[in-house]
Amino acid sequence: MSILIDKNTKVIVQGLTGNTGSFHTNQALEYYGTKMVAGTHPKKAGQKWVADNGTELPIFATAGEAAEATGANASVIYVPPAGAAAAIEEAIDAEIPLIVCITEGVPVLDMVRVKAKLEKSKSRLIGPNCPGLLTPEECKIGIMPGKIFQKGSVGVVSRSGTLTYEAVYQTSQAGLGQTSAVGIGGDPVKGTEFIDVLEMYLADEETKSIIMIGEIGGTAEEEAAQFLIDEAKKGRKKPMVGFIAGRTAPKGRTMGHAGAIVSGGQGDAESKIAAMEEAGIRVSPSPARLGTTMVEVLKG
Amino acid sequence: MNIHEYQAKAVLKSFGAPVAEGVPVLSLDDVQKAVDTLPGPLWVVKSQIHAGGRGKGKFVEAEAGEKGGVRLAFSKEEVLEHAKAMLGHHLVTAQTSAEGKQVNRLYIEDGADIDRELYLSLLVDRATGRPAFVASTEGGMDIEEVAHETPEKILTLPIDPTTGVTDADAAKLCDALKLEGDARTDGMKLFPILYKAFTEKDMSMLEINPLIVMEDGHLRVLDAKVSFDGNALFRHPDIVELRDTTEEDEKEIEASEWDLAYIALDGTIGCMVNGAGLAMATMDIIKLYGEEPANFCDVGGGANKEKVAAAFKIIMKDPNVKGILVNIFGGIMKCDVIAEGVIAAVKETNLAVPLVVRLEGTNVEMGKKIIAESGLNVIPADDLDDAAQKIVNAVKGA
Repeated sequence: MSILIDKNTKVIVQGLTGNTGSFHTNQALEYYGTKMVAGTHPKKAGQKWVADNGTELPIFATAGEAAEATGANASVIYVPPAGAAAAIEEAIDAEIPLIVCITEGVPVLDMVRVKAKLEKSKSRLIGPNCPGLLTPEECKIGIMPGKIFQKGSVGVVSRSGTLTYEAVYQTSQAGLGQTSAVGIGGDPVKGTEFIDVLEMYLADEETKSIIMIGEIGGTAEEEAAQFLIDEAKKGRKKPMVGFIAGRTAPKGRTMGHAGAIVSGGQGDAESKIAAMEEAGIRVSPSPARLGTTMVEVLKG
Repeated sequence: MNIHEYQAKAVLKSFGAPVAEGVPVLSLDDVQKAVDTLPGPLWVVKSQIHAGGRGKGKFVEAEAGEKGGVRLAFSKEEVLEHAKAMLGHHLVTAQTSAEGKQVNRLYIEDGADIDRELYLSLLVDRATGRPAFVASTEGGMDIEEVAHETPEKILTLPIDPTTGVTDADAAKLCDALKLEGDARTDGMKLFPILYKAFTEKDMSMLEINPLIVMEDGHLRVLDAKVSFDGNALFRHPDIVELRDTTEEDEKEIEASEWDLAYIALDGTIGCMVNGAGLAMATMDIIKLYGEEPANFCDVGGGANKEKVAAAFKIIMKDPNVKGILVNIFGGIMKCDVIAEGVIAAVKETNLAVPLVVRLEGTNVEMGKKIIAESGLNVIPADDLDDAAQKIVNAVKGA
């Protein structure tokens, strides 16, 4: 099993005809034949997009038309920042169950508007400003490098793209492999939080352990830790390794990710680490030892 | 993006918020004219720098006197005296470095008779994903301290973006701030005005500390601190105009021109990394092995050879850098492209400090080969632990 996506997931691409969309759609098709089924472009409806391997994908004017014609149940968005929120709203209106927005730099108040709409909808949004998600040997949505994955038992969830790769790479090296990996993104207002993904990993039988990677800013890690404590009381608990990036970050500065900022007396690394340890997560001081720490934890 | 207090007040005033009359001045020659336009009998001379705690700050230069960065004047002559003492000198506050920030602009404002000082701010509450007001009767103080010591004195009120500030919301804020009479009438008007300014101008923070109740019973914005969402500046050319680059680090300005996320720090090891999380983690691991990072630098997901070379040169401009760690986990980025950029930059800058390069991900073998065959003194590393140890040892051995 896996979470959110598997070999039956059918994906449309909003922003397929741009450079980024084309590049990553080719990569996805090459990754165990991820079912990429269509693209959208308001002015190119009726045309075809041809992949490097010869696969032809039809282009529709809207996400709604693309989903209806292909039976797609997921959409990935590579639209530039100014139009990204509208693209998400279009996918919400089309009632696509899973929407993944890769775009970095979406204005935060656009996301405030999107989130209000999302709460009343049937869709789940991952991102924005995220690397997407991947289930090894089945489906790749987004920009994660497929080569570093290996089918296995660790569930990975992270606010950072490249640190997701570290966790995946290291658990592959350690021979553990992954059930799925989800990058929830580095923006302050986003569709999916740690708690949502942790709930799915706790419920997934094949996920035997979890790696959670947070960073400075906000209180999502603290909320996740409280969630884990509450679930453990109900007997739901899995071995976990964690990491928090930004111990050395100065206060009041935005560290690359719009959401990575220590401000207003909250969001510092130490309080997150303390909360996670309180919830029984083994927090590695080194981002290079996520895999080996998990091996140690599993040995008990 | 941050702006000065006087600019923030002008923005708020354009939305109808009550602010005092005031005039910004950039040189001593302008002071007399500025002060003549204000009625008196009380003036306030305020240092304009992008840092808080100005009132309690202290100037480095002895001729600036013992007083802080915000001074009261009871005559026009005194305004001029204060301006002379402050302009061009360096103000140290709790939010600046020990060297302080040079005061290049002053704001001369009409004084007010203060009855009560309140705290009011607007920000995006991450937990609810909504704009939220933060209000407290404890104005003029460090709100973090208030939050820590008397959290019951703070109201956080998220606003539903589909309705905006309702009368019920405004009434709750009035209650929290204990506003009565004229002040309450002013408050009921002010909160929707601030919300409108916040959302229409894509602010990331709007802080009024203090908001005052004057002796005549009315409200006034006494201080204002506003920052804007950098990702939304494309639709606010009027706000971009307000940027004061003298307030920013030169290296950070150059980095922003290349669309690089760069932040100057105090350590000795320069870092060039792809991805914000990995860039922070790289700083952390340098510290873990006993050294300090000289910078945060995220070259982003789609960097090309030129961008990598630019990042490298910016890092090298910091005279404290005694070694460089390049850490790339290529998802979108190809390791061979990074390698070519690094080699080009090393040659161009005649790099004289140790350089450790760790590459992983797409085209990693090609990247490693390019570096090995370059004939340059580059120390390759297998993983992040290895890379951090190697650069720390190289810097300590130097």
